[in-house]
Amino acid sequence: MSILVIAEHDNASLKAASLNAVAAAAEIAGHLDQAEIHVLVAGHQCAGTAEAAAAVAGVAKVILADAACYEHQLPESLAPLARDLAGSYSHVLAPATTTGKNLMPRIAALLDVAQISDISSVESADTFVRPIYAGNALATVQSQDSVKIITVRITAFDAQGSGGAASIENCDIVVEQDLSAFVDENLSVSERPELTSAKVVISGGRGMQNGENFVLLEKIADKLNAAIGASRAAVDAGFVPNDMQVGQTGKIVAPELYIAVGISGAIQHLAGMKDSKVIVAINKDAEAPIFQVADYGLVADLFKALPELEQAL
Amino acid sequence: MKILVAVKRVVDANVKVRVKSDGTGMELANAKMAMNPFCEIAVEQAVRMKEQGQAEEIVAVSIGPQVCQEQLRTALALGCDRGILVTADSDVAPLQVARILKALLDREAPDLVILGKQSIDSDNNQVGQMLAALAGMGQGTFACKAELDEGRITVTREIDGGEQTVSLKLPAVVTTDLRLNEPRYASLPNIMKAKRKPIDELTPADLGVDTASNLGTLRISPPAEREAGIIVETVHDLVDKLKTDARVI
Repeated sequence: MSILVIAEHDNASLKAASLNAVAAAAEIAGHLDQAEIHVLVAGHQCAGTAEAAAAVAGVAKVILADAACYEHQLPESLAPLARDLAGSYSHVLAPATTTGKNLMPRIAALLDVAQISDISSVESADTFVRPIYAGNALATVQSQDSVKIITVRITAFDAQGSGGAASIENCDIVVEQDLSAFVDENLSVSERPELTSAKVVISGGRGMQNGENFVLLEKIADKLNAAIGASRAAVDAGFVPNDMQVGQTGKIVAPELYIAVGISGAIQHLAGMKDSKVIVAINKDAEAPIFQVADYGLVADLFKALPELEQAL
Repeated sequence: MKILVAVKRVVDANVKVRVKSDGTGMELANAKMAMNPFCEIAVEQAVRMKEQGQAEEIVAVSIGPQVCQEQLRTALALGCDRGILVTADSDVAPLQVARILKALLDREAPDLVILGKQSIDSDNNQVGQMLAALAGMGQGTFACKAELDEGRITVTREIDGGEQTVSLKLPAVVTTDLRLNEPRYASLPNIMKAKRKPIDELTPADLGVDTASNLGTLRISPPAEREAGIIVETVHDLVDKLKTDARVI
């Protein structure tokens, strides 16, 4: 049996998170006999994305479902498509992004099997580890389902490289439905690296006091080519939009360097960043819990420390 | 219009929980328990729709041991009209929860189902999507805005790159994200009134659902501890350490 990875893309290009999901598929394939990795690219006018997926190392076949009904990749259309394809696979994977989290449980329910969320490691072809309780515990789970529907924590698997030369096969299944319709999309435009794949992330919390002060972080982010994140407190206070939120219910990041500024370190925030390689905390409260996970702590007023840091870089 | 909401009893969000030393679960013996925060948002949304005259009845459902009555009473105190407790002694997995809720949809025929997007204990984020699939409904997950409009609901969803808006045919399933609303606290008179509101009790078997899951938990273990860090005195020291010791800049 082979493994199907559902590509994350916006029709125009393959999203980096897909490469982490393929890497997880390759690990699972290592526990199986001659399992191939196939990638499903479902969208509209997305042939270029299929070509990009075909060039990912280890991918044997790309299935291209190119139809208007898949343009916005609504789960009401994609899940029946994936259900129809799933019969040939032992595993179906997608990255644990908002797209994957929206889609995969719907596929699992249509197939009448469990779904395994947010795996952070592969123990064997049927046994996986996933964080629970905001990362305060790791559950090792074993699936007896004939097809395992899995979302992959993208920070836990290094992106798969290139060098593949997969065949591309067209799939003509069309799923028309009237349960849901796309209305519009409001995507933030940023020149910075994506939060979940950036090598350096600098995040601000309630201590930033307002949204304007995030410019202090931007100046440092410019120098470090960093992405900018935020704690839930900063989002709730309206300083910055929710798509910047790092935490249990926001984005999970694990950069080489994470700089937490004016963030106290609630467990829900730690859940989103404590797998970062090096953590720096800047906070004026020496008792803040963030210092317990920080490799380097600086007890200081951020309004003094940030301009100094910008100068020193 | 009738709305069905589901509420889960979980450990309070502010409690730091530990793994049991025998690896079978979490130490929850004396931990403070509460309604899952995302479920509170679901209840609040339903109550607001009722207050705005868009809904006549709100049914709250909880699945778990008898003590989940507490969370149902909270939901009733917040403005739900009646409760249904589906009793189960052990944890019920998401697919089985979705099947139980599907069986209740068949009985209750609500026009809208509002659920939390995930529970803060098992962190699965699955039930709403599964229920929508089983019931053949559209799904508006991770909602930060939800507006009813003549047989449809327009849902703005929190997605990785920003927001997406979809329009769903009713009945539909909506799952809540944090910014959908700010839940109220129950007032004392409403807490008293809630004691007289009805709670029906059912078992999964009454609903024809087997709660056995094909996904088993072999063990629960604590995450790797981070090594203790150091406090640096100045920004200069910090930059120096990052360059020479950590070598990350």
